[in-house]
Amino acid sequence: MAFLNALPGAIAEGLIWGLMAIGVYISYKILDIADLTVDGSICTGACVCAVLIGAGCPVIPAVIAAFLAGVITGIVTGLFHTALGIPAILAGILTQLILYSVNLTILGSKSLATIDPRTNHLLLNMSDNPMAIVVMVVIIAAVIVGLWLFFYTEIGLTLKSTGDNPDMSRAQGVNVKLNKVVGLAISNGIVALAGALLAQYKGSANINDGRGAIVIGLAAIFIGLSVSLKIKPNFVVSLIGVVGGGVIYYIVYNFVILLGLKTDFLKMLSAVIVAIFLAVPYLKTAYFTSQKEVPPMIDEPMGGDADA
Amino acid sequence: MLKITNLQKTFNPGTVNAKTALRGLNLELQDGDFVTVIGGNGAGKSTLLNAIAGVWKPDYGTIELDGIDVTNLPEHKRAKFLGRVFQDPMKGTAPDMEIAENLAIASKRGIKRRFKWGVKKSDRVQYKELLSTLELGLESRLSTKVGLLSGGQRQAVTLLMATLNRPKLLLLDEHTAALDPKTASKVLYLTNKIVSENNLTTLMITHNMHDAIQYGNRLIMMHEGQIVVDVCGEEKQKLTIEQLLQLFEASSGSKFGSDKAILSK
Repeated sequence: MAFLNALPGAIAEGLIWGLMAIGVYISYKILDIADLTVDGSICTGACVCAVLIGAGCPVIPAVIAAFLAGVITGIVTGLFHTALGIPAILAGILTQLILYSVNLTILGSKSLATIDPRTNHLLLNMSDNPMAIVVMVVIIAAVIVGLWLFFYTEIGLTLKSTGDNPDMSRAQGVNVKLNKVVGLAISNGIVALAGALLAQYKGSANINDGRGAIVIGLAAIFIGLSVSLKIKPNFVVSLIGVVGGGVIYYIVYNFVILLGLKTDFLKMLSAVIVAIFLAVPYLKTAYFTSQKEVPPMIDEPMGGDADA
Repeated sequence: MLKITNLQKTFNPGTVNAKTALRGLNLELQDGDFVTVIGGNGAGKSTLLNAIAGVWKPDYGTIELDGIDVTNLPEHKRAKFLGRVFQDPMKGTAPDMEIAENLAIASKRGIKRRFKWGVKKSDRVQYKELLSTLELGLESRLSTKVGLLSGGQRQAVTLLMATLNRPKLLLLDEHTAALDPKTASKVLYLTNKIVSENNLTTLMITHNMHDAIQYGNRLIMMHEGQIVVDVCGEEKQKLTIEQLLQLFEASSGSKFGSDKAILSK
């Protein structure tokens, strides 16, 4: 019964993290970059939104400002990586550290900024979970449609090829460096958008919001894709799967809390989930492939159907 | 149309691994030249092609294409003029994208890309026709991910992508070396067909002396970062492998260094 009571909240929060996971999907799956900026940029989004609303800014402009702040964090990481030649993973770590200082500054050297849902008009709040779920579904649908339109344009296709095969992309005249910066900007913009929504949902922005966000994002991606790729391996289904992965993650998370796991161990649990998903494909090939499973070598004519 | 002047490149300079790959190389191609490039291991063949493609900057010398100095142009900007097929069949195509999407990216090489639909219905019709010229049955598999194709099929698609927008210069870097003999000869046949039908200026590296003699109107042989043999026209048509080896030994003062090239016929 306690679990059922917690369910709407878990779904609402899961949707917010699912939106963030879409941002991680763009860097991790499309650009093939493990971008650790995310831990900082989600917090930046939350801080910008909370502080602006606290200063009397209407909610929509505050959310847009948070998104743009995220875009800038992505550009910073992108330039560290492409213009200064810093390995992508380190570039993300550096920006993340920079953002800790930036976020503290935004919060006015405090560790917390609260938003009162009774005096401010917010898009969503944990006091009304059904409404929060509706709002999140609408926002996520808009983001997925926008990304779908973008990634199938002439420019969008080159963003996909940049992560898929940079050599081929350069040979076809694609500016791989610029594309990485653009991709990271979009990715972190979405992550910061999720941060802004998280701040409204919780009614506060905390300097420690977002610690381990990248791991939650990856967990959502792995859980989601393990299901959605079996259904239909296309872009939109994958993104919906990723959001679903975020929701499943949060339902499990709440369930585990109800089972009595000490909350101190929750981050460890996230990390273990991701470690398992990363390890399974490797373990399968390294230890569980017996020779019998290897198909016999066939001298197949290259023409396939036409030659046969 | 291509003019290379005194091109020099040393990898890892100042270290024990220093390797001078190009030593003041000069080369000039005329429009429509189909040049085969042959040479032993480490002769600088791939280095030459990479220099033209702009993978890195040469230490010294200039590269001109149709009178435009491209020496300092980054790789992706130079791509406007060049079609490229790599030795590794995995390198020329994006495996996780559909055949049609790969072709769509190639169709915009050197053209400003916009926020327009990447693969239109009319494009699909055009791609189907183009793929059918390969005679590999790929015209019915436009939506197939390229990663599911065989090495030979991928190399054929790469060839199509390299020539979809007529390049000023086609660079083929041992593009059949990683394929089995039967597939290699099919890809080579397609190459010759596409090059002659479109009258493309082409530089083709090969490790196969027989192919080097059979294809193209001009043959150059490289040794230690320089061109040591350069034959064209009728002289090239009549060339035999034995003559070629003699020419090489006479001009380089050493034995040809690749058994693989000598033995493969």
